[in-house]
Amino acid sequence: MYDRKKLAGIAAQGKQWAAETLEPALKRSPERRKRFSTVSDEEIGILYTPEALSDLDYGEDLGYPGRYPFTRGVQPSMYRGRLWTMRQFAGFGSAEDTNARFKFLLSQGQTGLSTAFHFPTLMGYDSDSPRAKGEVGMCGVAVDSLKDMEILFDGIPLDQVTTSMTINGPAAMVFAMYLAVAEKQGIPFHKVGGTIQNDILKEYIAQHSWIFPPEPSMRIITDILAYCADNVPKWNTISISGYHIREAGSTAVQELAFTIADGIAYVQAGIDAGIPVDKFAPRLSYFFNAHIDFFEEIAKYRAARRMWARIMRERFHAKDENSWKLRFHTQTAGCTLTAQQPMNNVVRVALQALSAVLGGTQSLHTNSMDETLALPTEQAVTVALRTQQILAEESGVANTIDPLGGSFFVERLTNEMEEKAMEYIRKIDDMGGMVAAIKRGYPQREVADAAFRYQRQVDAGEKRIVGVNAYRSAEESPIPLLKIDPEVEKRQVARTAEVRRKRDAKKAKRCISALKEGSLDPKVNLMPLLLDAARSYVTLGEMCDALRETMGVYTDPAMF
Amino acid sequence: MATAKGRTPAAAKEKKSGRKVRILVGKPGLDGHDRGAKIIARALRDAGIEVIYTGLHQTPEMIVNAAAQEDVDGIGLSILSGAHNYLFPRVVELLREKKMRDVVLFGGGIIPDDDIPKLVKKGVDRVFTPGTPIQEIVDYVNRRIQPRK
Repeated sequence: MYDRKKLAGIAAQGKQWAAETLEPALKRSPERRKRFSTVSDEEIGILYTPEALSDLDYGEDLGYPGRYPFTRGVQPSMYRGRLWTMRQFAGFGSAEDTNARFKFLLSQGQTGLSTAFHFPTLMGYDSDSPRAKGEVGMCGVAVDSLKDMEILFDGIPLDQVTTSMTINGPAAMVFAMYLAVAEKQGIPFHKVGGTIQNDILKEYIAQHSWIFPPEPSMRIITDILAYCADNVPKWNTISISGYHIREAGSTAVQELAFTIADGIAYVQAGIDAGIPVDKFAPRLSYFFNAHIDFFEEIAKYRAARRMWARIMRERFHAKDENSWKLRFHTQTAGCTLTAQQPMNNVVRVALQALSAVLGGTQSLHTNSMDETLALPTEQAVTVALRTQQILAEESGVANTIDPLGGSFFVERLTNEMEEKAMEYIRKIDDMGGMVAAIKRGYPQREVADAAFRYQRQVDAGEKRIVGVNAYRSAEESPIPLLKIDPEVEKRQVARTAEVRRKRDAKKAKRCISALKEGSLDPKVNLMPLLLDAARSYVTLGEMCDALRETMGVYTDPAMF
Repeated sequence: MATAKGRTPAAAKEKKSGRKVRILVGKPGLDGHDRGAKIIARALRDAGIEVIYTGLHQTPEMIVNAAAQEDVDGIGLSILSGAHNYLFPRVVELLREKKMRDVVLFGGGIIPDDDIPKLVKKGVDRVFTPGTPIQEIVDYVNRRIQPRK
């Protein structure tokens, strides 16, 4: 991109600057630290010049938005055409409670729904399971059957709003219930848009809400890919996630590498299941963390887009350009929030949201200030939503596409992240792919090691966190916190018991048998069977128990 | 922190009683967030304490049974799911049933300050909240927990 002769001149000037201007200044006043590094501990230089980009080719490496390699953005007009979707993750208590919160958020200007389920649902148990005791409605909404789903989306037209559902182990079951609600609303499946997270590989690595072992889980996922390609074409079948891997303590490069490696595994699985790549790849989506080191995050998103485009075109030979596009949702980093001086979290979230926007995200969730202690109150989540709205309406950052493109620092960082992430991906390929790598505990160990290293740095004061190991307050002013009514559990248990009483028992039993039988035949797509079960008010726990029998269960290897 | 003879507190205790302090680090309930639990397990092990990590998705029964089998001196529970008001007291109840009242129960996670006094009253010795330096937890274990025999 730069003239070789001019670069030599710049380099010479740089050497002169270092010796004649910088050196003496540092002698008078040394740098604040021995080493400047990102939160991921990547060293950062004092200054970046065109020298840092001597090999950069605008056409090949950056290009134009909406065109390969999409470094500057996946859509041609990006935010000038349409702002990112403001999609706040929400869910607590009963379906009624969450339906009310959904409606509140929509009334405050959010433009998409995102559902948080409680732990029993995430793990494929009903609220009356002994495993669910004490957990009902605590960190998400209780969904045991279609009845809860109907209440959850009551008054919300599913052809006019898109919904993301954070569900993995039982993703297919919950998705079936969602489709059954759309059906009851009279909406044809081809009009239904949204996302299921459905990224089981990162569950083994980081989030840990699995049910079945890897192979049967991948079968369920390829069933979903095939089913949606033919029946629910607007649906994002997987939200290939780095968010949780990062929350578990990985570095930014690991987040990028392991997430893309997971994506590679899903594409390969789809191909191996006989689905032509261009039939399912356009509906794969991604989900990244917006952590606290501002420029590292922006570089990460840009590197991700370019990496995926290259992988899809060159490695998987996808022909449809929509298969090359990495579309992603972002959530600001929960792990960076502090319980101390919680109002500081508003500032952290604002910076993180800004990095996601400058990084070209398609969808964004901003955390609430109180989330280190509880689920968000209405007041706190409103501030979080307003943060996005202020960014969109007041800051001017959405006026032009990829405003940091061309920055010597950001482009250099983007290149470095791609290089380092590709090293990890090659390593994982050598192991036989992500499923094999997970079986030997490789990504899990990398994440745990990075988490431990970081904690050591924090405890040693090398990484400073305002309010925690720097600028502490002698006294903390408490903020109001959301409390979940313990009666929720009783009422939910009663509701699910009533659902079982009122349904056609024979039909439900038939559906469960059909599900078990179908699961034993790899040629059978489980989605239609799950839909039948959902319609017949078979509960989530019953669907999952049926498949636990035939597919087995996965248990934590418990390494530390 | 070492004694005058240069030994860690854990090593000094081991010399005195003939065995290391044994701690079970547990993840009760359905909560899958184990970043903290793993860090604490590692830090305690590095400090010379014998650590048994249960892994995820343990019922209170599984935890107490493992504690009994492994003959531990203390149990550290990590709970980020909001289910602490049920899970901690249930573990206390089971420890009492099994006549293991001298096993010290502690823990941490996402636990609002308001809930802590109730947990302590029900038998939890100490609750650590977000932002606690790891050394504080290690020091607590060294100070508070002795080998039972």
